[in-house]
Amino acid sequence: MGEVFVVTSGKGGVGKTTTTANLGTGLASLGHKVVLVDTDIGLRNLDVVLGLENRIVYDITDVTGGHCRLRQALIRDKRLDGLHLLPAAQTKDKTAVSPEEMKTLCEELESEFDYVIIDCPAGIEQGFRNAIAGAHRAIVVTTPEVSAVRDADRIIGLLEAAELHAPRLIINRIRPRMVRHGDMMSIEDIIDILAVDLLGVVPEDEQVVISTNRGEAVVMDQRSRSGQAYRNIIQRLLGQTLPIMDLEDGSGFFGRLRRMMGLK
Amino acid sequence: MKRSVWDVIARFFGRDTGSKMAAKERLRLVLVHDRTNISPQLMEMLKQELVQVISNYVEIDEAALEVNLESSDHQVALVANIPVLMVKRSIHPA
Repeated sequence: MGEVFVVTSGKGGVGKTTTTANLGTGLASLGHKVVLVDTDIGLRNLDVVLGLENRIVYDITDVTGGHCRLRQALIRDKRLDGLHLLPAAQTKDKTAVSPEEMKTLCEELESEFDYVIIDCPAGIEQGFRNAIAGAHRAIVVTTPEVSAVRDADRIIGLLEAAELHAPRLIINRIRPRMVRHGDMMSIEDIIDILAVDLLGVVPEDEQVVISTNRGEAVVMDQRSRSGQAYRNIIQRLLGQTLPIMDLEDGSGFFGRLRRMMGLK
Repeated sequence: MKRSVWDVIARFFGRDTGSKMAAKERLRLVLVHDRTNISPQLMEMLKQELVQVISNYVEIDEAALEVNLESSDHQVALVANIPVLMVKRSIHPA
C-alpha cells in the first residue's frame, strides 16, 4: 500500500513541478517504485521537466475516461526503472477530470506503487480540488516572497478544510546572501508566519536551470547544493531526522569572521 | 551620522536592517485580512469559551450573543455584542 503525496503551492512559478520531479527521481534512485501524476490539465509540464515529452501516447483523461487502461498511459523513465509518469492532457481543460475520478485513480495507483506524487496546478479552483482529492499528505512549496507566502497560507487553510492535516513546507529558491543582509525573509521568519512543519529548504541554484534544460533532475547531481537539499528532503520524507543544511558555503574569510562574531 | 555609519557596518555583517522587515510587516497585515475568513467551527469555539469566561462575572443572554470579525482598511477587529442580564455581586471561581 503506497503513500499518496500532493505537491501544491497556490502561486505559480514557485517550483511545484521541479519539486515533484526531484522527489520522484530521488525516491526512485533509492529503489522505490514511484509514479508522478501531472494534474495540470491544459498546461502539461512535468513531462518536459523529466525529459519524457516524446513518449506520451495516452494521458490522464484517457484513463479516467476509460479510453485506455492505466498501464498503457504510464510512461517509464529513461534512466530509472522504478520511475513512472502519468501525464496530463494538453488539449482539454480542468473539468475533464472530477475529484471522484481522481480518488479512484489514486487508489489504483497506490496499490501498485510505493509512492504516488501528484503535481498540483497553480490556483485554488477545480484543478486544485482534483489534485488533493486522492492525497494522503500534502507538501506545500513556497519561496521567500510576500506573494508566495501569502498564497501558501491560503493553501494551508484550504488543505486543513479538506482534512489534509499537517502539511509540510518546502522553502524554495532561498538566497542565503540576501537573507544574511536582511533583504530576504529567513526560514525562521516564514515558519513563524505559516506555523507548519518544515520539510526542507532549497537554495537558489543555477544548476536547476541547467539540469532542467536537459530534462534531468538536479537531485541526481551529486555536487550541486540544490541536489543535496532535495536528497535531504527525501530522507526526511522517509522518516529520518536531518538538520537543515548550512546554506552558506561560509568557508571563506567573511564566513568565518561572521561566525566568530556570532552574526550568522 | 554616527548611526548611519553603524548601519552600514551592521548591514555589512548581516544585521536585520534590510527590506525583509517591510516584507514581514506587509505579509502580517495581509494575512490578518486573509484569515478573517475563519471557519464557523472555530468561531463557535471562540464564542463558547467567551461565554464561559464572561459568565464567571456577569450573567449574559447567550442566545443574543454576537461575535464577528470586522475588517477595515488598516485593521481587523473582533467585535462582540454581549447583552448583560445581571451583574454578579461576588465571584465564585469554578
